[in-house]
Amino acid sequence: MQTLTQRLANPTRFMAFSGAILPWMAVASALLIAYAMYLVFFVAPPDYQQGETVKIMYIHVPSAWLALGGYAIIALSSFGLLVFRHPLADVSAKAAAPIGAAFTLAALITGALWGKPMWGTYWVWDARLTSVLMLFFLYLGLIALRSSLEDEALASKLTAVLALVGVSILPIIKFSVDWWNTLHQPSTGFTSSVDASMRAPLLISAAGFLLLFIALHLKAMQNEIMRRRVKAMRVAEVERGDRLMSAGAE
Amino acid sequence: MSGFLALLRRDLMLAVREGSALGTALGFYLVVVAMLPLGLGPDLKLLSRIAPGVLWIALLLAALLSLPRMFEADHEDGSLEVMATAPLPLELAVAAKALAHWISTGIPLALMAPILGLMLNLELALTPALVATMLAGTPAVSFLGSIGAALTLKARRGGLLLALLVLPLYVPTLIFGISTIGFASVGQDGFAASLLVLMAVSVASIAVAPVAAAAALRLQVS
Amino acid sequence: MDLGPHAAFIWASYGAFVLILALLVGWIWLDGRRQARALADADRRGGRRRSSGAAEGSP
Repeated sequence: MQTLTQRLANPTRFMAFSGAILPWMAVASALLIAYAMYLVFFVAPPDYQQGETVKIMYIHVPSAWLALGGYAIIALSSFGLLVFRHPLADVSAKAAAPIGAAFTLAALITGALWGKPMWGTYWVWDARLTSVLMLFFLYLGLIALRSSLEDEALASKLTAVLALVGVSILPIIKFSVDWWNTLHQPSTGFTSSVDASMRAPLLISAAGFLLLFIALHLKAMQNEIMRRRVKAMRVAEVERGDRLMSAGAE
Repeated sequence: MSGFLALLRRDLMLAVREGSALGTALGFYLVVVAMLPLGLGPDLKLLSRIAPGVLWIALLLAALLSLPRMFEADHEDGSLEVMATAPLPLELAVAAKALAHWISTGIPLALMAPILGLMLNLELALTPALVATMLAGTPAVSFLGSIGAALTLKARRGGLLLALLVLPLYVPTLIFGISTIGFASVGQDGFAASLLVLMAVSVASIAVAPVAAAAALRLQVS
Repeated sequence: MDLGPHAAFIWASYGAFVLILALLVGWIWLDGRRQARALADADRRGGRRRSSGAAEGSP
């Protein structure tokens, strides 16, 4: 893994590598998602307690997993930036934030729409939902901090510090809300164990969306690398113009 | 150690001389708590039930108002650069400033809470518990706040952004603060344990926040 | 397809999910096109300058 990240540290090589595997990822992801949806709507049985609403689980749970996974990518990238100064670490962190935030929002919305028919309420302040909500705020904070600083190099490092602070506080938040809930109500079990016949479609769905996440992440990284290249070229162009002008003035 | 104390004394004197910051925080605290019954209706039983939560949240908001100032003035006049290169480690300098914030803003807010509690029909018997939890929890507010202040030093609209960044960090403090008062009001045994956990959260913030804040400051001062 | 008494919730959640993903994928794809175009533009402008014979050294 170390040598892979080292080999990909060169942006040009990264663009070539990602350009090569992106189409395959996109196709594989589309196929897996399509197959999972087929299983969900035509094969998987209704839950004997929840009925058909369990179908929401097949998009809600993968979204929640990817919400957390996305933040893990950002935390790892931030570590890579601050400790190893990996050249593409910041590109990775910046690209992952909107994608992770989108899946977090999807998890919150699908969770609320699942909760209403299932447990009678759109929202409940249990450890899991509250932590995902806080995770969403952390994502928003990362995006907001980065966009509020003009100096991109500074923004990259400060966002990295924030990401690492966030990853440390998240388990503590979950623990504290958990503890708080045990004080006030018996565990409502806002979760349900997954029956074997449902596990396969769930995992296939998760795999498909994971590949989608990775594909989107790679593409977003490519966009960011191009954007930086354009910016550097524009800066160089202005400098050339300045030099020509000052040369002509003499 | 003497450097730490000197910085602490300096910040406290500055806070005393420029009293408007504390005045603003206390004034905001008062206004928010006063508006709440106007918004919720004068049902005294309801107010007394939500009083601890309201007092805690309004305190957090009032503290948020005062946090951007922590490093601003020093950054503007260049003292921050001096602190970054001085023999006293920047982490300790940050700790001194956060401690000064707690003494000059956190403690006054905590002491004002029971007075405002009267407006919310807070049970008088809960006053000692309320003050204890706030004194135990406000160090976390100042120290975790210093992380937000350091990160948003050069950001546009830093004050608003600071609030967004720091609120998730405050969740454990808020939860344990409220729960401790809850134990006191119901008379259960958990009060002491819960208060200790709250103090542990504060101690952890004191230990960890200066490291993160100093790291953020070092990136911006050069 | 009979999705039971709560079908509206199922459709709503899948609908919201698809919408969010469509917006996300769309934005990333459009941004990609924008960057590629800007890069091609910048490339072209850099090339024209070099070919116009300006004799400054490389930066």
